[in-house]
Amino acid sequence: MDSFTTPLLAGTATGALLLIAALGLALTFGQMGVINMAHGEFLMAGAYTAFVTQQIVTNADISIVVALPAAFVVAGLLGLLLEVTVITWMYRRPLDTLLVTVGVGLVLQQLAKDIFGAQGDPVRTPTWLDGNIDVFGYHWPYRQMFTIVLAVMALIALAALLKYSAFGRQIRATVQNRDLAETVGIRTRAVDRITFFIGSGLAGIGGVAVSLISGTNPRLGTTYIISAFLVVVAGGLGQLKGTVIAAFAVGIATSFFADWTSASMAQVATFALVVVFLQLRPQGLFVVRSRGLA
Amino acid sequence: MKSLVRTFGPLVAIAVLAVLLLVVAPAVLSPFRLNNLGKYCCWAIAAVGIGLAWGRGGMLVMGQGVFFGIGGYAMAMHLKLEAAGPEGIPDFMLLYGDGTMPGWWEPFRSGAFTLFAIIALPAVAAAILGYAIFKRRVKGAYFAILTQALAVVFATLLIATIQETGGFNGLNQFTFFFGYNLYDPVNKKMVYSIAAGLLIGCLVLVWQLYRSRFGELLIATRDAEERVRFLGHDPANVKLAAFVVAAVMASIGGAMFAPIAGIISPSDVDATASIFLIAGVALGGRALLLGPALGALAVGYGRSTLSESFPDQWTYFLGALFIAVILLFPAGLASAVGRAARLVVRPKEATP
Repeated sequence: MDSFTTPLLAGTATGALLLIAALGLALTFGQMGVINMAHGEFLMAGAYTAFVTQQIVTNADISIVVALPAAFVVAGLLGLLLEVTVITWMYRRPLDTLLVTVGVGLVLQQLAKDIFGAQGDPVRTPTWLDGNIDVFGYHWPYRQMFTIVLAVMALIALAALLKYSAFGRQIRATVQNRDLAETVGIRTRAVDRITFFIGSGLAGIGGVAVSLISGTNPRLGTTYIISAFLVVVAGGLGQLKGTVIAAFAVGIATSFFADWTSASMAQVATFALVVVFLQLRPQGLFVVRSRGLA
Repeated sequence: MKSLVRTFGPLVAIAVLAVLLLVVAPAVLSPFRLNNLGKYCCWAIAAVGIGLAWGRGGMLVMGQGVFFGIGGYAMAMHLKLEAAGPEGIPDFMLLYGDGTMPGWWEPFRSGAFTLFAIIALPAVAAAILGYAIFKRRVKGAYFAILTQALAVVFATLLIATIQETGGFNGLNQFTFFFGYNLYDPVNKKMVYSIAAGLLIGCLVLVWQLYRSRFGELLIATRDAEERVRFLGHDPANVKLAAFVVAAVMASIGGAMFAPIAGIISPSDVDATASIFLIAGVALGGRALLLGPALGALAVGYGRSTLSESFPDQWTYFLGALFIAVILLFPAGLASAVGRAARLVVRPKEATP
C-alpha cells in the first residue's frame, strides 16, 4: 500500500507547489503573451523573504504568517518593476520577452548569491506545522498539507477575483479581446500591470512554501520554472482549470516515476509524457477557441 | 557587377574570416590563447546552427546544449577509451563503479563509429523530437520551452549517471586524439585548425542553404507559416530540416570542444550553457550569415576575459547582455552598425 499512498500524497504536494508557480505564469502568458523566465526567481525571492522575516521575527510560529503577505508584496513589486522597466517595451514579441527575462533571471540569481551566499539557508518550520499525520502507513508531513492548503486558497482567491470582481472582469475582457476591451474604456495597460503584480506575488507565496520544505537557495527558481512551464504548456492557456489539472497531473506523475525509478529518470519520463500528451492535444488541455489562424 | 557583389560578397567575408582564423591566429596567438579561440570556434559552430533555426526559421532553440553534449560526450567517450588503451576501461568507472563498462560504450572504441555517431545521433534525436513537435504544429514559445526542458532533463540525467558518464565531473583527462598525442603543442594546433576549418565549412554550408530555395522557404515559414501551407508546402518538413541541421552543427561543435577544452561536463551542456550559446547569436544578429558566428566568438572571448578578472560577476554581464541586446538591438549588433552606416552614408536611391 505504501508504494501507492506515498507517491500520491507527496506528488499532490509537489503538484500544489507547481500550481502556485504556474498560476502566475499562466495568467501573464495568457493575458499578455509574456513568457516570464524570471518567474522562478520570484519564487526564490519569496523563499528569501521567508528567511529574512525569520531573522526579524524570530518566533517561527508567527514569522511564517508575516512572511506570506510580505513575500506576496516583495515578489509582486519585483514583477511590477520588471513590467514597468523592461517588458513594457516588448509586448507582442513573446520570444523576446522570454530571452530578456532569462537575462533578468540570471542577474537575480547572482544577486541572491552575492547577498545571501551560494549555500542557501534553512528556514525553521513553525511548531504548528512540525509533525505528520499517519495516512495508510505514510507519515504525511503537515508542511506538505500546508502547501496544498496554500495552493487551494490561492486558487480560490484568484478564481473569485477573476469571476466576481469588476477588476476580474476587466482582466478577462483584456484576455479575450484586447482591442474591444480598450474600446469600452478599460485601461488595458493598467490592467496588465496589476495582473503582473498579482501573478508575481503568487510566486512569492509559492516561495514561502518551498522554503519550508527545502530552505532557500539561489538556484531554487531554476528547479521549478521548467516544470511550471511544462504545466502551463500542457494545461493550455486562458482557463485556470487546465492549469490546475496539469499541475497535479505533473506533480503526481513525477512522484510515481520517481518511486518506480529514480528522481532523475522521473524528470525524463515526465518530459516524455508532456511531449506525448502534446501529440494528442497540441494546444494543451483547454483552448479558448478563436477564428484566428495563428 | 552589383549582383555579383551581392552573391559572392558574403563568400569573400567568409574567406577573410578563414584567413584570420586559420593563418593569422595560429601565427600570432600564444598556444593558450589559441586553444581558447578553439573553444570559441566550437561555440560558434553551434551558433551557426542556431542562426539557421532561430534567425532564419523562427524556432527559438533553447536546448542546443543537448546536441552539443551528444557530440561532445560521443567524442569524449572515444578519447577516454583511447586513453585507456585497447582493452582498458575509463578510470572513473573503476573509481565510482564496479570496474565494468556498460555495453553501449563498446562501439565508441572505433574512431569511425564515433565520427558516424557524432553526425547520426543528434540527427536522429532531433528528427524524432522535431517530428513530434512540428507535425502537431506546436510552435513559438511552446517549442522554446520544450527545448529548454530537454536541456534540463539531459543535464539531470548526466549528473545522475556517474558510473556511466562521469556524472557532475564529466569526462576529462584525454591523452590521444585519433592517435595524436594531445600534449604535443603541434597536435593541439592541428585540433584547433580542424575546429576553425569546420566553422568555415559550416558557414559555407549555410551560405549555400540561405541562397537556395530551401532558404527562401525557411524565411517564408518563419514569417507566414499559414501562407506557406496554403501554397502547398508542409512547413513542418521545412522546420524539421533546419532543426536537424542545427542539431548536427551543435553536435560537431561539441565534438571538437571535448579535445580542445580537455573536458566535457554537464555544466557545458545544461540549460545555462544553451542560453549562453543563444547570447552570442542574439548579439551578433541572428538572421545574418556571419552574425551568429562572430557573436559567439565575441561572447566566448568576453566570457574568458571577464571570468579571469571577475570570476563571480560574469553572470551579471551575461544577464545584462541579454537585456541590453534584446531591448536595444533585437536584430543584433550587426544591424545596429548597418543602421548607423545608413545614417551617415545615405544611399542615393532606394534599391528594391
